[in-house]
Formats: sequence, structure tokens, C-alpha cells
Amino acid sequence: MENLLVAENIYKRFGNFTALNNVSINIPKESIFGLLGPNGAGKTTLLRIINQITMPDEGTVYLDGKPLHPNDIAHIGYLPEERGLYKSMKVGEQALYLARLKGLTKAEAKERLSYWFKRLDIEEWWDKKIQELSKGMAQKVQFVITVLHRPKLLIFDEPFSGFDPVNANLIKDEILQLRDEGATILFSTHRMESVEELCDYIALIHKSNKLLDGKVSEIKKEYKSNTYEVGINAADELALLNELEDKFQTGPARFKSIQEDLKLTIKLRENEDSNDLIQFLLSRARINHFVEVIPSVNDIFIKTVTQNA
Amino acid sequence: MRNLRLIINREYLARVRNKTFIVMTFLSPLIFVGMILLIAYLSMLNSTEQKIIGIHDESGMFAAEFKDGEQVQYLDYSDKSLVSARQEVLENEYFGLIHISEINSQFGKPDVEFFGKDTPGFGTIENIEKTISDKLTREQLIAKGIDVSEIDKARADVSVAIQNFAGEQSSKMSNYIKMFFGGAAGYLLMMFIIIYGNMVMRSVIEEKTNRIIEIIVSSVKPFQLLLGKVLGTSLAGITQFTVWVILGTVLLIGVSSFLGIDPTNVQTPASSAINGAAQPEINQLVIDILKLPYGSLLGFFLIYFIGGYFLYSAIYAAIGAAVDSETDTQQFMFPIILPLILGIYVGFFSVVENPHGTVSTIFSIIPLTSPIVMLMRIPFGVPWWEIAISISVLIATNFGVLWLSAKIYRVGILMYGKKPTYKELYKWLKY
Repeated sequence: MENLLVAENIYKRFGNFTALNNVSINIPKESIFGLLGPNGAGKTTLLRIINQITMPDEGTVYLDGKPLHPNDIAHIGYLPEERGLYKSMKVGEQALYLARLKGLTKAEAKERLSYWFKRLDIEEWWDKKIQELSKGMAQKVQFVITVLHRPKLLIFDEPFSGFDPVNANLIKDEILQLRDEGATILFSTHRMESVEELCDYIALIHKSNKLLDGKVSEIKKEYKSNTYEVGINAADELALLNELEDKFQTGPARFKSIQEDLKLTIKLRENEDSNDLIQFLLSRARINHFVEVIPSVNDIFIKTVTQNA
Repeated sequence: MRNLRLIINREYLARVRNKTFIVMTFLSPLIFVGMILLIAYLSMLNSTEQKIIGIHDESGMFAAEFKDGEQVQYLDYSDKSLVSARQEVLENEYFGLIHISEINSQFGKPDVEFFGKDTPGFGTIENIEKTISDKLTREQLIAKGIDVSEIDKARADVSVAIQNFAGEQSSKMSNYIKMFFGGAAGYLLMMFIIIYGNMVMRSVIEEKTNRIIEIIVSSVKPFQLLLGKVLGTSLAGITQFTVWVILGTVLLIGVSSFLGIDPTNVQTPASSAINGAAQPEINQLVIDILKLPYGSLLGFFLIYFIGGYFLYSAIYAAIGAAVDSETDTQQFMFPIILPLILGIYVGFFSVVENPHGTVSTIFSIIPLTSPIVMLMRIPFGVPWWEIAISISVLIATNFGVLWLSAKIYRVGILMYGKKPTYKELYKWLKY
């Protein structure tokens, strides 16, 4: 698949501190790309470089195959982590101002704003000042401003922080909708739950280095450990347990079930697969629960970070 | 360019719509005019009030010498005893009583005493001393057999006519005028820098604390934003100044003609000096005022005004970007205010005394003080090459400071939660 945005060998240092150390990412068109990493990993610095707010010391960013140009800001929409609005300006007025800074004409901006304000049901806020709105309300306005000029690339830095669950869901749906309409989305977060639901691709940054990137499904395949979670019922559980421990690597498992099961995780050797385990179990016990253990992004995250520590 | 216009527009409207700004725009001329009228009214009161001073002259020589004037009236109590004279002055609540003792020997001096409720003013005492000593000198000259009328004829009054080598005439008075024009220009510039520079700084801090800055710099370059801010704020400043001047003039003329108070009646050392000047000098003064090079004065005023304002605004903006809140700006304020105050001091003490001395010349070239000091020097006539050097240095410094400020600004606007030190600011320059 063709890449919309490519960042190649980016270095950024602040004095003696290296914020980004040879980081490269590729974001395919019309995908949702998650930039993951603990606080202070360098995510925001990378996003700022893509937005041309900060310049990289080395490396190049390409948009649509061409090196970034100052005019490209018209094709990028950025919702920063530190976000706010003018307190003493009316909502409609500053939305117009920010939209026009992105290159829209006054008429265009007005038309699109009224569409979005209707869509998010915030029409009556037009003449209000931001200080009269709650934090969540202000964030809706910021979201509208970010997407208003229909950029090819949308960048959200921690988009869900500060949203209540209802509005977080609303914004999530809007993000998916925008992707379906052809936008490419890059968002950074240190919250893994949202990644599972949204992202097609991820990159993991830790202490200024990129540790891992790729398609989520492929990364998960790579990180699965040939482990199965089973719930079984046998006449002589102790004997079975001894037998299993001899043959496989086992551990305790925790999951909900209505049976009085023996719950185990069983890790197979490389030359074995699920059928071997089922065959072994079939003759000895009743199988109530059998599922492959797929690592969550959170697990992968923790595993990678601790491996590289 | 389109974005710069949008930013200037927004900054201008944000300043002009601000409630404090509106209140100050319309209230300041009122306060200003009110104060001028109050002072004029008080000095009118002062001059209409007549002091009554009693004289108890035992020698009988001086009582007739004290002539009644507009402000003082003298009453002769010489025929009464000193005690009852004092009693009467006290009861009538007169200003005071002069007691002159008898003169014992031929060339002796009388003892002179002044009794009063309050200590009399410097001018009053001087007048009394002069009257008595003049009379005494005359009497003693006569006693020595000298013809006093011959001395009067021989008295010569010399007034120096000032002319420069180009043959232009000027008067002592014209220095007051030049001082006034230069001082007003320098002072105005300082006020403008402090008021509107602070506004620029607050607007930068506001964008930082509102957390809108990163949203904006994803659309425009920080330098554009900085420039737009400085320009927009200065336009608001010019608007405010225009309103002040127009409203102030209208109010002053309107109210003073309504109340019948003459605002030019304000007593200042300069105006009393003008009152005391002889007629030919006043003629010369009018010529001097008319002859001031208004065209070049206005031109240089604009150049130094813009140059000085930009220089300081850029510094103010950088400070605003470096801090999180206005309370953190204190440590950086002193180095800004210092050269401004220094400029004013050098202007009022050194330039007035010696407009082309070393101190004045040096400070009119140092860019942080040159706008103020040079504006004060220009009415006295400054060689063109000095002005050229001063303006060149100012412009070069402007570019340098704008460049440095933009660097600090660019880094500072994205830094939160730290109170920066000078050392850190220096590090930011290298990012």
C-alpha cells in the first residue's frame, strides 16, 4: 500500500538530551496509525516535526512522496496535546479565525463550520465565549477546527484525554468516519485500549528510539507465544496435571466460567500446534474452554519496553 | 502575507475590544484634562490671593520703599509700639509683620525681623532683603557724597545675543523650547514602549496559558505570529493615542472655555522665565518656535519611535514566551526598564546641560537608549553623520534582537511548567 507520510531517520536533540534517535515511520494512505510510547518518549516531538513546528536536526519527512513544504500545513490537521482556545473570544469568531489561518476563505469556513456545528449539535455555542463552556465542550470545538479544512492527514495527540466517555465515543466514531472518507490518521497515545479498537498500524517509541512498528495484526502474530488457555474437567485432575506438566509448559489461568474447571495456560513447543494439544486432552478430559492466547498491544508494549530496558 | 494580515487584524480587535482598554482610552483624557484644569484653577487662586504684610519701621527710612503690588499689600504700623503692631497683625490674620530696628551708627545696619503665622516663601524674603539693602546702599552712597543719579546713568544691562556660525539667531529661551519638544518626544516614547510592550507580553502569555499557541503555530510560523502581534498591538496603541489627543484637545478647549479657566495659566519655571523676558527676546522666541525643523523632527520622531518600540516589543515578546505567568516576569523586567530610565535621566540631565557632550553622544548611539536620548538631542541640532550612525546601529540591533527573540519565542511558547533562568534562555538560542 502506498504511504501518505514517511519520516526517515529523524534525529532531534535538545542540548545534551536526545529526543528522537534515528526514528523512521511509514504511514499508509487511509489508515489509522497509532504512535505509542510512555510519557516523555518523544512522541510529541515527532508530531511537532511532522507539523513543521520544530525542525529535525537530521532526517526528512515526506508527504505524498515529496519533502515537507511550509504550504503543506494546509493538508495537515493537528490537534495538539496542550490545546486550548482564546478565553475572551467568541466560539464562532475564533473558529473562523483559525479556519482562515489554514487557508479557507471566509465564506467556505462559515459554511463548513455551520455543517460541523450542526453535526456535533453545538450550534447554540456560536456566540458564546470559551470561558462559558466546559472543558469537554471546548474540546469538541477544537476537534471541529482540526478537521474543518479537510486535510489529507489528521494528527491527534492524546485525543481522548479530558473527554468524558460519551464524547470520547462520539469522537472515536468521527475519527473512523473520517478514515472511511479517505483521510489518513496519525494519533499518539499512551493508553492502549483505544489502540486495540482503532489502529491498523502502530509504532512504538521508547526513550527516543523506535522499538517496533508495523501492521497490528502482523505484530500480534509475531508476538504470540503458541500458548493456549484451557478449561478442562477430568476424573483425576491431579494425575492429569502431573502428566501435562511433564509434556508441556503450564501455568495457572484466570478466566470466568460456570464450570468447576481446572484452568491452565499451556505453552506448546515450536513443532507442536493446537491440534496436538486437543488430541492429547480429548482422551483424558472434557474440554470446556479452549482459546489461543493473543497478546494485547499492552502486553506487547510492556514486553518490548522491559526487554529494551 | 495573508496570514500576517489575519493575525494583525485579530490582535488589533482583541486589544481594542478589551474592556480595560476601552475604559482607559476614554477615561485617561478625562483625568488628564481634569488635572490640568485643577492645576490651572489652583494657580489662579494663588495669584488672586493678596497677602497683607505689616511694617514696623523704627528707623523711618524703609517703610515708604515697600510698594504695594498685585500680590502684596503693605500697611505701615511704625507709629504704634511693636507689641501692639504684632497684636493687630495677629488679630486681623494678616500674613506677617516686618520689624526694622533703628540704625545706631552712621554706616550701621538695622536688625530686620519677620513675624508670621507661617514661614514666608523664598520670594517674599528675598524681596524684603532686596528692598532694604537697596535703600541702605543708596543712602550710604549719598552719605559718602556720591551722586546716585550718575550711578544710575552708568548702570549697563547686557544681554547676550546668541548666533550660530551659519548666522542664525536664537535666544536663551529657545533652549527651553528645544528641551520641551525633545523631552516630550522622549517621554512619550518611553510611555508608549512600557504600556504597549507590556501589552504584547501579556498577549503572548495569554496564548501560552490558554494553550492555543500550538494550534496556531501548526498553521503559521512563530515569527509571523510574533510580528503580527507587535504590529497589531502598536496599531491599537496608535488608535488609543489618537483618541487621547483628539478627545483631550476637545475636552480641554471645551471645558476651559465653559469654566473660564485658562489652562496656559499653569505656573512653571519656564513660563515665569518667559514672562520675565524682555520684548525683543519674546519676538526671537516666536521666531525660534516657528523655525524649529518640524518636518525632520517629525520624521526622526517616527523613525526612532518605530525603531525603539519594535526593539523593546521584541524583547517583551520573548520574555512573555519564556514564562508561564505574569508573576514570573519580574526577574526579566529590570533589565528592560533600566535602559529606558537611564535614557530619560541622561536626557534630562546631560542633554539639557550639554547636548553635544560625550555622555549625550554615546547614549544617543547605544541602541537601547538612543531612541530617547537622540530624540531629545535632535532639536538642538545634531550632525547628520551622528544621526546616520545612530539609526544604522538601531536598525542593525533591531534585526539582531528580533532574530534572537524569535528563537527564544519559538522554543519558549512550547515550554510549560518551568521558570526559566538566563542560562536556560541562552541554551534555547542554540536549539
